[in-house]
Formats: sequence, C-alpha cells, structure tokens
Amino acid sequence: MGKQHYQINVNGEAKDVLAEPRELLIHTLREQLELTGPHIGCETSHCGACTVDIDGKSVKSCTVFTAQVAGKDITTIEGLGSPDGMHVLQEKFREHHGLQCGYCTPGMITRAHRLLQENPSPTEEEVRFGMAGNLCRCTGYQNIVKSILAAAAEMNAAKEAAE
Amino acid sequence: MIPAAFEYHRPADIPAALAILDEHGDDARVIAGGHSLIPMMKLRMADIEHLIDLQDISELQGITVSGAEVTIGAMTTQHDLINNADVARVAPIMHEAALQIADPQVRYMGTVGGNVANGDPGNDMPGLMQCLGATFHLVGSGGERAVAARDYYEAAYMTDREDDEILTKITFTAPEGGYAYEKQKRKIGDYATAACAAIVQMDGGTCTSASIAMTNLSDTPIFSEEAGEALVGTACDKAAIEAAVAAATGAIDPAEDNRGPVDFKMHVAATIIRRAIERAVSRA
Ligand SMILES: Cc1cc2nc3c(=O)[nH]c(=O)nc-3n(C[C@H](O)[C@H](O)[C@H](O)COP(=O)(O)OP(=O)(O)OC[C@H]3O[C@@H](n4cnc5c(N)ncnc54)[C@H](O)[C@@H]3O)c2cc1C
Ligand code: FES
Ligand code: FES
Repeated sequence: MGKQHYQINVNGEAKDVLAEPRELLIHTLREQLELTGPHIGCETSHCGACTVDIDGKSVKSCTVFTAQVAGKDITTIEGLGSPDGMHVLQEKFREHHGLQCGYCTPGMITRAHRLLQENPSPTEEEVRFGMAGNLCRCTGYQNIVKSILAAAAEMNAAKEAAE
Repeated sequence: MIPAAFEYHRPADIPAALAILDEHGDDARVIAGGHSLIPMMKLRMADIEHLIDLQDISELQGITVSGAEVTIGAMTTQHDLINNADVARVAPIMHEAALQIADPQVRYMGTVGGNVANGDPGNDMPGLMQCLGATFHLVGSGGERAVAARDYYEAAYMTDREDDEILTKITFTAPEGGYAYEKQKRKIGDYATAACAAIVQMDGGTCTSASIAMTNLSDTPIFSEEAGEALVGTACDKAAIEAAVAAATGAIDPAEDNRGPVDFKMHVAATIIRRAIERAVSRA
C-alpha cells in the first residue's frame, strides 16, 4: 500500500495529509504539518513528550498511526496557547519554574490540560497519578505539580467569577 | 523507529473483519489499542502485512452489567473500565487492577480485549480474568465459541485463539466477598515484577471460597487451585495464609530478567500473594 490521503482535524483546522499507513502521528505532525511542539523523547511509548489530545484523550503520538486517527480531532500544544496568548497552564509553568530544559513541557501541558478537563480540582496526589505517563529529567516534578495545582486554582477562580 | 510497510484495513463489522483475516491468513493481524502491537512493530519483532483496525466495529464496544452478570466488549479501553460506575460497584477488583496498568495515556488506548488476547505474561488482565473465572468469547470463520480464561493461555504469546479468530467479549459473574489486586513494579507504568489477584468469601468467620491467580511469574498467568483450597474451611489465620502462599509459590516458575533474579522474584511473589490474601480477607 503506497501513500494514502487522510483527513485529520488539527488544532481546529481540517488537514489533508498524504502518508503511508505505517507513518506514526508524531511524524505527520512534526514533519508534514511542522507542528514541532510535540517532541520525540523515547520513541518507545514511555516518556510522554509526544503527548497530544485526540478526541478528548491524552495519547502518545509515537504510538499511533496517522491512519488510525483519520477523521479525529487532534490538539497539540500549539492549539492550546501561543507566545502572545498563553494558556493558563503555560503561564503557571513559567511562574512556578515548572520547566528547566523544556523538552518534556509540551507533553506535560497537553496532558495536564486533559487532566484538568476531567478533574478540575485535583489533589496533589491526583495530579501525580494523572501525570504518571510524562517523564521529566530536570525538574524533579515538584514544580510541575505546583504549576498544575496553581493553574487549576486560577481556572476555577475564573470560572466562578464568570458565573 | 518506523515499522515495516503494511496495508491498513478498517472494517465496519465482524463479517468484514473475518473476511480479511480469512483472505490473508497468517499475514494479517488485528489491532485494537495498538499499545502492545505498535511497539512490537516498531522494533520489527512483529512483521505484519495486513493490519485490521477494529475501532469501527460497534459489536466489540460497550460494557453491560445485569445483576451480577458482567459483559465487557473487547474494544473497551482500560480508561472506560475505570470510569464505569457499575463495574466499580459489582467488580471492584477490576477497577483496582485497571488503575495499576501502565499510565494514563496507555489506559486511554489499551483495550481489555487486547490485554487478554495478547498473551504477554506481563499483562495484568489475564491473571485477573483467571481469578474471576471469566469466559472469553471468540468468533472465526468456523463460528463462535467460548473458552475459559483458565484454559486460554498456553505459553508466552501462545494462546488457544486461532489466527483467524477475533475475541469479541469477556463475560463473568461478579464475585461476592473480599478482593485485592496487588502488584509490585519497579516504577509507575511498569509491568509487574509480581502481581496477585485474590477473591475470598467468608461466612461466620470461616472461608467458604477463595480464588488466587498470579501475573508475570511464569510464561502464562497462573491460577492456583491449591492456594484457594488451603484457605477454604479455615478462619484465614496466619497458618492458613502461609499454607496458601506456599501453595501459590509452588505453582509458579519465574524467569530471571531485568526485573531481577529468580530468588528475588520468589521472595517478592510470596510477599505480594500474602498481601493480596490478607487484604481480600480484611474486606470479606
Ligand atoms: C508504556 C507501557 C506500559 C504498559 N504497562 C502495562 C502494564 O503494566 N500492564 C498491562 O497489562 N499492560 C501494560 N501495557 C500494555 C497495554 O495495556 C496494552 O495496551 C495492552 O496489553 C494491549 O491492548 P491493546 O488494545 O493496546 O492491544 P493491541 O496492541 O492492539 O494488540 C495486542 C495483541 O492482541 C491482539 N488483539 C487485540 N485485540 C484483539 C481481539 N479483539 N481479538 C483478537 N486479537 C486481538 C493483536 O492482534 C495483538 O497481537 C503497557 C503498554 C505500554 C506502552
Ligand atoms: S516519544 Fe512518545 S512516549 Fe516518548
Ligand atoms: S524540563 Fe527538562 S525534561 Fe522536563
């Protein structure tokens, strides 16, 4: 089977990509769509640096074929915030030093975003359990957990103020 | 790491999937969540010419709980299982075990059907299903059949399933009594160094039934009937539990690997089995 056309929705935009069935989503995102936020850390489904959101699930994009996600909605870190309009999680990671080298950060934030959608007021323990699929070699995790808890508090305060 | 080339099929129903399996025989393989298969394909340890994606087949989806009878469609993810309130209520051991599998991302994708069909001794669901006395339902060109989880596993990656068969669902009767799934792992997200599922029923201080099964301590999951028998009729006191642990560890045959040498694994296994039984008794 040669290259096939696959329709995927990435960060709200419909994309038509031409790929072999064996192409992994991370390669489509990085090499074809130039979305280099999702990183390749381990390539073996362990580190979570490649995490993206697919139809409301956090998925390691190095462990899914683009063919499998045809027709689905994909959100990468680029779809969550930008340098001029940062997501609350991005602001809190900056404020609380939730990153050092930053390699794990796109995956961390994309995963944390889904975690807070499912559980808007997590305990520290729930954050640690919910973030267990993302490895960081720099921070020791303390500040990542702090950043996520701070983002949850701010998002909840904003929601209350709006109500 | 890029797998070898393959043709991708996404059939809409079981007959269409079976037709593709039939046509390509050995060269075809079904894919569920892909979180065991894709890593193997990337390492080129699995060489597949025709990949049959089961995600569009609605008959393989869904959980039904009717009284104590539980049916779990093969394509149910571990995430779905954890979030199903009926399963948590009637079969809390399944909820407890699913939470100990891999990490959140893997649980969104990994399916119960893939976990039990895979045949990797490291998978947690097979031992659990043996403890529960579950039944696996298969369909192939020759029709449907049912196999007991306790008869399904033959060796690592060798199961009773024929190449042209699809696992459609798992059924079991939710057990009464106390339960525990205990797992020792090197880090979160890791396969078990040793794990044990235990279900214990007590009546007036006496054990009336007990079921003990173990994960990753042989090249298949191990159900130890003797371990259960060592508890039945006793008060599950220290001596009875030690007899059950001895029976269970007598049934396993762990291999040395990067999780440790055999002596260490036997030691960890005994500790984990003991904990599982004690916790099940405390909840009975
Ligand atoms: C980092 C990481 C950590 C993990 N840790 C654990 C762990 O701690 N415990 C654990 O149990 N698992 C663990 N897993 C494995 C994970 O749970 C898998 O998802 C699961 O074992 C297989 O399910 P799947 O849906 O992904 O199956 P797939 O990978 O799609 O398939 C696995 C095999 O089963 C076959 N198959 C799948 N569905 C069917 C069906 N319906 N009928 C017939 N054959 C079928 C496939 O052909 C293939 O051979 C881990 C995986 C990763 C990547
Ligand atoms: S690169 Fe995908 S999990 Fe590490
Ligand atoms: S900040 Fe460097 S790996 Fe996490």
